Amino acid sequence: MIYFDKVSKHYGDTRALEEVTLSVGPKEFVSIVGHSGAGKTTLLKLLLAEERPTDGSVFFESINVNDLPSSALHHYRRKIGTVFQDFKLIPNKTAYENIAFAMEAAGRTDEEIRSDVPYILELVNLADKAHNFPNQLSGGEQQRIAIGRAIINQPEVIVADEPTGNLDPINTFEVVEILKKINELGTTVVITTHNKGVVDSVGRRVITMDRGKIVRDDSSGKYVL
Amino acid sequence: MVGAGWKNFARGGAVSVATVIVMTVTLAIIGSLIFLSALLTFTLDSIRDKVGVSVYFVTTASPNEIFALKDKIMQLPQVAEVAYTSREQALEDFRTRHANDQLTLQALDELGENPLDASLEIKAKDPAQYESIVSTLSTTPALSVSGSSIIDRINYEQNKDAINRLSKAITAVREIGLAVVIIFALASILIAFATIRLAIYTAKEEIGVMRLVGASNAYIRGPFIVAGVVTGALAALVVIIGMFPLMWYAGHKTASWLGGFNFFSYYTENFVFIFMVLFVSGIFLGGAASILAIRRYLKV
Repeated sequence: MIYFDKVSKHYGDTRALEEVTLSVGPKEFVSIVGHSGAGKTTLLKLLLAEERPTDGSVFFESINVNDLPSSALHHYRRKIGTVFQDFKLIPNKTAYENIAFAMEAAGRTDEEIRSDVPYILELVNLADKAHNFPNQLSGGEQQRIAIGRAIINQPEVIVADEPTGNLDPINTFEVVEILKKINELGTTVVITTHNKGVVDSVGRRVITMDRGKIVRDDSSGKYVL
Repeated sequence: MVGAGWKNFARGGAVSVATVIVMTVTLAIIGSLIFLSALLTFTLDSIRDKVGVSVYFVTTASPNEIFALKDKIMQLPQVAEVAYTSREQALEDFRTRHANDQLTLQALDELGENPLDASLEIKAKDPAQYESIVSTLSTTPALSVSGSSIIDRINYEQNKDAINRLSKAITAVREIGLAVVIIFALASILIAFATIRLAIYTAKEEIGVMRLVGASNAYIRGPFIVAGVVTGALAALVVIIGMFPLMWYAGHKTASWLGGFNFFSYYTENFVFIFMVLFVSGIFLGGAASILAIRRYLKV
């Protein structure tokens, strides 16, 4: 489903990724771990086509992401749901609107939006906070809204960059449980994390990165640095 | 998209208000340049109307001969207007002009006959064209039945320097005026552009999120363009409405020392033109500035 073929990414003299080859199959739950600067976020940015590789190719299904023209990127990105450490909710939109606008952006009808958004709010246990603005929500609630926004268009993959980085243990647990539930429903999930508890709780494939290279790819879910 | 644009604008709060204020200042500058330009044109036209070339005729020239020449002059493309003054009219004008100068009137009476010539007062469309009109007159003989020239003299040579200087001054003032208008308009457009860019900069994270959830460029750009257009339209309305009392006051206070130019009359007589210029400028500036400002955030 996702295939990195000898991908390198250099920023001037800094080598963020060095000949990384990696494949992720459908319905996998992959945790990418590593120290800061190991190249985890760069890997995700390349998958989202936020960055282009210096060398090598990134494939999503049969699409070579490198070849996508700017005008086609928005169609491509609708196949991938994204979750960030800092939630990246739009501050002047309510929880409902933050989820709805991802559907609007994908060209869904008002009727679809009216029927799907309440369902997603229920799924992330925030139906009662639909009309709250992000600054009226806790960190965990904001992250759950962000997850709702990521899954609303039923993407094939969810990519989460340090999704629990700003959360306390209870909210971390809730977010991991939601991601596990999404994966069980058939969506591929790729997360980056520093949190050993998260990796242990997921108990699935763990890829360890160091200085731009994959140093361990462990299917048994062990967090080793 | 329009609804989202309105929401963007309404929720922008202080940033939206600041953008409208800056845009209002910009459009007020553009509006005042319209009035300045009208005042300049009015003043230059008034000065130009005071300049002319007079052709004086010998006392034996008949009115018919003078009218024939007048018709010829009227056909010249450079000529705007030709006015005939008969000998009798010239005498009457002279008497009126010197009504308080008994010595001169006494001397005139002692002559026993009208010593003044009939004349044609020629106004050119452009002061720079007097030379070519005079040159045409010199090369076109205006002869009486007896074969002698009916033109006594043309006062161009005495006025030549003044006319030339005035002509150059008018050109210079027009060019400087145009340059000032362009500089001020550009400066104000840049200020408006920078402000809208700042307003969009505050939303750059939001734009980034929109891109990542798969929003097309048109979807992202639309509400910002609508918000820019709303900003421009609101600012234009503020300026147009604000001008009413301002021009009323300025018109009453300044008409007497601006040679008859009244700001308020100009405002009311040219309201549609002023409204269109400011409204279209506001909408165009707001929309174009938004398109240009958001472009950099839509790459990749």
